[in-house]
Amino acid sequence: MDYFLTEQQLMIRETARQVARERIVPVRAELDEKEEFPWEVVKACAAADLFAIWVPEAYGGLGGGILDLCVCVEELSRACAGVAVSYAASALGTIPIVLFGSEEQKAKYLPDVAAGRKLGAFALTEAGAGSDASGVQTTARRDGDHYVLNGTKQWITNGGDAETYTVVAITDRSRGPRGASAFIVEKGTPGFTFGKKEIKMGIRSSSTRELVFTDCRVPKENLLGREGQGFIIAMKTLDKSRPGIGAQALGIAQGAFDEAVAYSRQRVQFGHPISSFQAVQHMLANMAIKIEASRSLIYSVARFIDSGVKDYSKESAMAKVFPSDTAMEVTTDAVQILGGYGYMRDYPVEKMMRDAKITQIYEGTNQVIRNVIGLALVKEFAKHVQA
Amino acid sequence: MKIVVCIKQVPDTVHVRINERTGAMEREGVPAVVNPYDLYALEEALRLREAHGGSVAALTMGPPQAEAVLREAIALGADEGYHLSGREFAGGDTLATSYALARAVERIGEVRLVLCGKQAIDGDTAQVGPELAEHLGLPFLGFVRRVREAHPGRIVVERMTEEGADAVESPLPAVLSVVKEINTPRLPSLKGKMRAKSFKATTWNAAAIGADETRLGFAGSPTKVVKVFHPEARRGGEIIAGEPAEAVARLAERLRSQGFC
Amino acid sequence: MATVRVLPVQCTGCGDCIASCPVAAIEMRGGEAFITDACTACGICVTACPAEAIEMEHVKPAARPSEPSRGVWVFAELRHGRLVGVSRELVAKGRQLADRTGTELTALVFGLDVGAPARELVALGADRVLGAEHPALELFHDDAYVEACVALAAGERPEIMLCGGTVLGRAFFPRVAARLGTGLTADCTSLEIDGESGILLQTRPAYGGSLLATIACPDRRPQMATVRPKVFTAGAADPGRTGEIVIRRDWEGVIRPRTKVLEVLEEVVQTVNIADADIVVAGGRGMGSAENFGLLEQLAKALGGAVAASRAPVDAGWVPYARQVGQTGKTVCPKLYIACGISGQVQHLVGMQSADVIVAINKDPQAPIFSVATYGIVGDALEIVPLLIKALGRGSRG
Repeated sequence: MDYFLTEQQLMIRETARQVARERIVPVRAELDEKEEFPWEVVKACAAADLFAIWVPEAYGGLGGGILDLCVCVEELSRACAGVAVSYAASALGTIPIVLFGSEEQKAKYLPDVAAGRKLGAFALTEAGAGSDASGVQTTARRDGDHYVLNGTKQWITNGGDAETYTVVAITDRSRGPRGASAFIVEKGTPGFTFGKKEIKMGIRSSSTRELVFTDCRVPKENLLGREGQGFIIAMKTLDKSRPGIGAQALGIAQGAFDEAVAYSRQRVQFGHPISSFQAVQHMLANMAIKIEASRSLIYSVARFIDSGVKDYSKESAMAKVFPSDTAMEVTTDAVQILGGYGYMRDYPVEKMMRDAKITQIYEGTNQVIRNVIGLALVKEFAKHVQA
Repeated sequence: MKIVVCIKQVPDTVHVRINERTGAMEREGVPAVVNPYDLYALEEALRLREAHGGSVAALTMGPPQAEAVLREAIALGADEGYHLSGREFAGGDTLATSYALARAVERIGEVRLVLCGKQAIDGDTAQVGPELAEHLGLPFLGFVRRVREAHPGRIVVERMTEEGADAVESPLPAVLSVVKEINTPRLPSLKGKMRAKSFKATTWNAAAIGADETRLGFAGSPTKVVKVFHPEARRGGEIIAGEPAEAVARLAERLRSQGFC
Repeated sequence: MATVRVLPVQCTGCGDCIASCPVAAIEMRGGEAFITDACTACGICVTACPAEAIEMEHVKPAARPSEPSRGVWVFAELRHGRLVGVSRELVAKGRQLADRTGTELTALVFGLDVGAPARELVALGADRVLGAEHPALELFHDDAYVEACVALAAGERPEIMLCGGTVLGRAFFPRVAARLGTGLTADCTSLEIDGESGILLQTRPAYGGSLLATIACPDRRPQMATVRPKVFTAGAADPGRTGEIVIRRDWEGVIRPRTKVLEVLEEVVQTVNIADADIVVAGGRGMGSAENFGLLEQLAKALGGAVAASRAPVDAGWVPYARQVGQTGKTVCPKLYIACGISGQVQHLVGMQSADVIVAINKDPQAPIFSVATYGIVGDALEIVPLLIKALGRGSRG
């Protein structure tokens, strides 16, 4: 179906698709097997200017919007979600600078990001603060011209491989929701180390590590926005990037679907290709419906966000929840359609099923996201009643 | 260092099908592509520019639609694109083609290095490179798998030979043809594609490059196609059916009876 | 200038020609095919038209060459001072052509010391051998080969000149052709003298081998062609034959190579060159992994053959390029070719379809390889090959 993408978006799609086909597909199984960070692919993405998409032109970027980013993430995810998340997480980690950074901060950090020379990472989650972000314990104490960070962040994508981290830490606990601040922390800053690399079910080529801050001194110039804006910055960043996770899930689903269709046309049983059996056709039909619905939702929401509206939390949440649930369903069905072969590591769909799961969990579990939607609905309804 | 890369637009023979009814070849509707070997030549040129400075110009001879390959070269990073276009060029064999390309290289001027892919996947002759060198009166190094050194006045390369390779030094300017072992071509970038969008090729006809029309195109080609036909189909033989062990036993028997073991 | 024409009366507007045109130079106008300026005169549409409604200006059999010329010449390549296989094969072919045209066969041989190969060339059938000896000819200094060859040929204008389509041949022969202002046809699979006109008809594969094209060079001389190894068959050497051997050693002012060979890097070559093997066991994508090629090594060993591959395993890094068979690899013509897990795309078939016996093992019954196989088994190569190794190991029953 034609979504009337702009010329730039079509160019992005074509470029990302070529990178996916020629640089990701040949190595995805090995990267998953060995749990290796995809540096070569990252370099290929950088050379193709894919990291420039979300950075404003003034800093070497292409000044693209959320839809541009989603189109890219979708194509990369179709080939490998682990690679795609390494790319997408870099966006997540540096979009705060784009949205809230000062001129100096943008000029200092964004050019390297746009060129793909340095990756980004976003650090909010902690052992006691997952869905409940207010549980953040990492502190940032002002001391002269620095803030001193202490604490541990958990499960940070690109942790250890990124250079530029946006870290949310508590600056004044007494102020509750206004008690946190966001900081740009560079890898290599004394007192900033990494924990072990996690061993995961899926997206195994992506690096997931703890960030450990021990009296880490961060210059005050690295404070993003103002003290107390930490949670606002985090929420706005997540709102903006949730469609991106939706796009990742969509890509995974599309890739799995493509494999399932191709296989069902080749596999002959009882004298017929299994694609001719109604049971299989219905499965494929349902998969296709959900994928197209996901795509329509993500693209519409992305366009909505790009139009400049101020409030899009509910829509953005929907654009993450539905596609991620779709990805889990579609990949499970894809494995089912491939039958025994689907279960074998020689075939790509079992990896896609393992990869899909995380999209229902990170950047807000689908349960907490439904809370977000529910609350928004209640608020809207209340407004209606009052009017 | 000014480098010219000769690139050709070819039908994608990898996706060729044979029409069962007519026995003739059919393209699958896949658009024409840049001759794959030429991408390796272009990549090498771009790397040499990155290492030594200078410029990379892409040169092609072909019908109007061939401009697409120049656009792709720009998207990959070439600085300029030249298109030899006109009826006078059409239908040329390798001698006529290499003559035209040579005059174009001279018109571009001050060229230190000309790179070509080993061969075009439609003609498969691998003749244009060496013939081009001869028309230009330049040394030719064929089947280059690695550029060891590049200086303003000379180049040292490794060429593939029948049994391995040799290392050869040549003065510049020179013409090289490259093999796939030389590098891994980059993919087009977004910024490159944007540059390519606004790109306009420099289009030349025979007069513009001072070419003698009697040496161009069909008229200038000493070789002529007499006929094109499909090869006598080798017919399939026997499919040995049965359970694997049984079928294998029968195959082994047939091979034995023919003296293979 | 248009050399390909649609005959309006015969054209039925079926459009087959449009589909076949590799450069999209044919359009339908008013229900009739029309050939545009994009036409490159390749002639494929002529074959594709079911109504024979397209004709191409044919080479007129009565064409007379602009220069008088005489004799068949063959360039014989040396490696380590010895004649290479393709040169022996070309001498046999050259002998045939010389006999057919009632002229003499001359062989060219270049190197440091060419006496022995020159004598062998006479024994193989050359009436005359022109040798060139010079230090620059010992290794492949392109300019030296070009200058020596041009100097010898320009003086005499042979009618036909042949050379092996080796790395060396393909690098220097086109330069000779350009210098002499004549046509060269590469990789010919057949060379015949046309009965009426006496010109050399050179047939070669086109478009990845899916078609054959017959080329001629009616007006210029010499008519030049290169031929790949194993296309023709070498004849037997007859030491009793006599012939003239002329070796020129003074190349002052003629051989002045601009390039310099600094070193020869001879790589470790596999013990059996696949192009020379009588039995080839080849694997494709269906083999699954580099490890599984070990099975093919075992099968090859049991048969005394060499292991080769289609393009996919080479691209995947399972086997080195030296073992690749196909359009972009080597052409082999063994007595027995066993294709395991190879689908048989046209690009691969070109490299092996002239094998005497072809055995195909593939789990897809529709795989194109079966259309050229003498014997085929539909099954998983990973299952069949071990069984075959065992079956062959049992040896012939007493």
